[in-house]
Amino acid sequence: MDSLYILIPIAIVFVIVAAKVFFWAVDNHQFDDLDTEGQRILFDEEKPAPKQEKRQAESSESSNPD
Amino acid sequence: MSQAAEERCFHCQLEIPAGADFPVEIEGVSQPMCCVGCQAVASAIVNGGLTQFYQYRSESADRPDEDSQHSWTVYDLPEVQQDFVLQLDGSDRQAQLLLGGITCAACVWLIEQHVQRLPQVSKVRVNASTHRCWISYDESEGSLSEIFASLSDVGFRPQPATDENQNRLLDDENRKALRRLSIAGLGMMQVGMVAIALYGGELFGISDQWQGYLRFISFLFATPVVFYSAVPFYQAAWRAIKTRHLVMDVPVSIAIILAYSASVWATLSSGPDVYFDSVSMFTFLLLIGRYLEMRARHRAGFAAGNLAQLLPPTAHRCDSDKNVETVPLKLINAGDTVMVMSGETIPCDGHVLEGRSQVDESLLTGESMAVAKTVGQNVAAGTVNGESPLWIKVTALGNNTRLSSISRLVAQAEQEKPAQVAIADRVAAYFVAAVLIIAAAVFLFWWQYKPEDALWITLSVLVVTCPCALSLATPVALTAATNRLRRQGLLIVKGHVIETLTKLSRVVFDKTGTLTEGQPTVAKVICHQNDLSEEKVLSLAAALERGNSHPIAKAFRGFEQQLEIENIQSHTGAGVSGLWQGKELRLGRAAFVLVNNPIDTQAIVLAVDGELTAEIFLQDPLRESAEPAISHLGDKQVQIELLSGDATATVCHIAEKLNIGEASALVSPEQKLSKVRSYQEQGETVMMVGDGINDVPVLSGADVSVAMSGASDIAQTHADSLLLSGDLRALPNAIDSSFFARKIISQNMAWAIGYNVCALPLAAAGLVPPYAAAIGMSASSLIVVLNALRLNKL
Repeated sequence: MDSLYILIPIAIVFVIVAAKVFFWAVDNHQFDDLDTEGQRILFDEEKPAPKQEKRQAESSESSNPD
Repeated sequence: MSQAAEERCFHCQLEIPAGADFPVEIEGVSQPMCCVGCQAVASAIVNGGLTQFYQYRSESADRPDEDSQHSWTVYDLPEVQQDFVLQLDGSDRQAQLLLGGITCAACVWLIEQHVQRLPQVSKVRVNASTHRCWISYDESEGSLSEIFASLSDVGFRPQPATDENQNRLLDDENRKALRRLSIAGLGMMQVGMVAIALYGGELFGISDQWQGYLRFISFLFATPVVFYSAVPFYQAAWRAIKTRHLVMDVPVSIAIILAYSASVWATLSSGPDVYFDSVSMFTFLLLIGRYLEMRARHRAGFAAGNLAQLLPPTAHRCDSDKNVETVPLKLINAGDTVMVMSGETIPCDGHVLEGRSQVDESLLTGESMAVAKTVGQNVAAGTVNGESPLWIKVTALGNNTRLSSISRLVAQAEQEKPAQVAIADRVAAYFVAAVLIIAAAVFLFWWQYKPEDALWITLSVLVVTCPCALSLATPVALTAATNRLRRQGLLIVKGHVIETLTKLSRVVFDKTGTLTEGQPTVAKVICHQNDLSEEKVLSLAAALERGNSHPIAKAFRGFEQQLEIENIQSHTGAGVSGLWQGKELRLGRAAFVLVNNPIDTQAIVLAVDGELTAEIFLQDPLRESAEPAISHLGDKQVQIELLSGDATATVCHIAEKLNIGEASALVSPEQKLSKVRSYQEQGETVMMVGDGINDVPVLSGADVSVAMSGASDIAQTHADSLLLSGDLRALPNAIDSSFFARKIISQNMAWAIGYNVCALPLAAAGLVPPYAAAIGMSASSLIVVLNALRLNKL
């Protein structure tokens, strides 16, 4: 039974972490639009990647003017 | 390739008019489209490799507006941008936009994928439920107007979100409520877990040391719930007490504070009972009810509600030498001369210095036919210039225009709108008084009889009579009813609608765009020449009217074929002319088309080389749903009335056709409002159904207002509800549903009060231990919620 003196405070720590995570999610607009995110997995996300690479390539070119 | 009449456009799912041929190849299959606009949008989607949009969309897309060949470059001016673009570090900017045309989650994906490809765009965030969009971009890599154009390419209508500050307030409120809810939920679960150990200990025995420890843990978890999550209840109760009202928040706050204080004291002094679990659960359940109410309220803010947004952001200023310069509207002063091109919105009040044109004043008057304006006549801000340019001397701007007098009328109407007291608050006043008197009586009785138990028994009375189920009774039922109505085609925006619908005695309809489709369509064609078929006549008319912004031109949309017509000219107030295969075509009023021997007809006439070729009859057709809706409403003992700004003949015709007894024509927005108000003074409850901006004051003043789905944004914002599909039959169904909802609310109230009344004597006798109070409270709340869910079954 004495283990409860340790286990319950550990539970408190978990709850505080859970509350922090929840606050983070709320502040990052995770709950703003509940319909869209559920369907997002259906779509391919690969397409915009080339542009990112292109931009990175551009920025590395501009930073190394040979 | 000819299409069957039933075939629908692949993009917007509207019917494809006969003779239209706009195929787009999508994943190897040629799909039919209804118009050039849909074809352009679908091609843009296919060329961008985004055909998955069609695979995963759950709703059809909006039909894009062909007429708007916008020039977005005005949005690159810093004066225009300052209202909706945030300046971040360096050349980074964030634009806040409202997007028209978002119908489902696939639209969000389409927007993100399409706009992300622009080199200047770094991040796109879209909220499908509020239609808002935030785009972060780098100004040095490309302009904002390119982003607008790219949104428009895929069929969405971007608009600056100048009400972002107000939106941020709502967003803040929402986030705070979610945080409070999360703390209450987590706290409730933890305290509940510990409470099981405590109740077990109470039944089977527990050492004082463990009881003290577990109570202390409950205290730790319940404290943030009481001091953080429950704060809105204390604030609302305090506000109510200051204004000498009793609302549900008063007994709620008293119960929370007293039960918590007594439990803390019991923890410190090893007293008999702690109520930390009841307090946390109670707070959590009530916060859920409040959150549901808030969500419903916030949905109202989904469209821009500012009349000023109707005006263009820029104007063309002319100096004395007639040099035209495009400047932001803010820099225009009274006395300046501005030029308004064909199809543009007039930015200010003024009088015509030069030019002759038709002006569409439906915004102010509701009259659907354009009015001819010549030199010396007055024009108003917000009206739309027709075929030819006008030069206007500015007399009034901004808050002094006739347009802003409409917004003042709206504000006034909203203020004077009859207040609807929610059932819950009416019950609350009696309930609070009763509970407080009984609690005081119980305390006095036990104080005489057994002073050491008096406090604990009074506390258990307060906890048992905690109006948890009672406070939940209305919000859960209203939320379920709102869902039900949405599936029936009526989106409820303001909370009082469902309660008010049950008291309805009169429904007032607007005509154009409400009972009718609001768009002229071709009703009949009489061909006078054998060599030209009806189809050919219509395609010639469509080709002549292409690019014309006159309302009549829309009637011919969809009849286009590839015809070469040269030298198209519009003649103000008369018609259009052009050259086709060397022959002169004229389309318009008989007197203009057949100069030599005009015939007497109301129809639009087409002539080839001066010879009568065809008469085309146009008509604004009734909505299919209008007749059944009105006969159903008539069955419900509701008076029906038609108030229109249109001419008498058309209004009488429609009233007769729909069997509406009371109809008035040529009614101004002010007269509409005063008419509705006079009914309200006679004790009637009035519903107004409308769509135009001229209806906005009366929509704001009616007890319940309904805007059509195609209504202007402003009408939508000021209405209490929105007819999603344009199907008027949703109205009688909504009345039935709200009676059902009222029945559920009464049942819930009866159950909640009944439970409290039964539990009260037991608590007063000191027979209700804390665990029984907690079980009773959650069970009665659950029953209320389950009962409300019956509303979800259609």
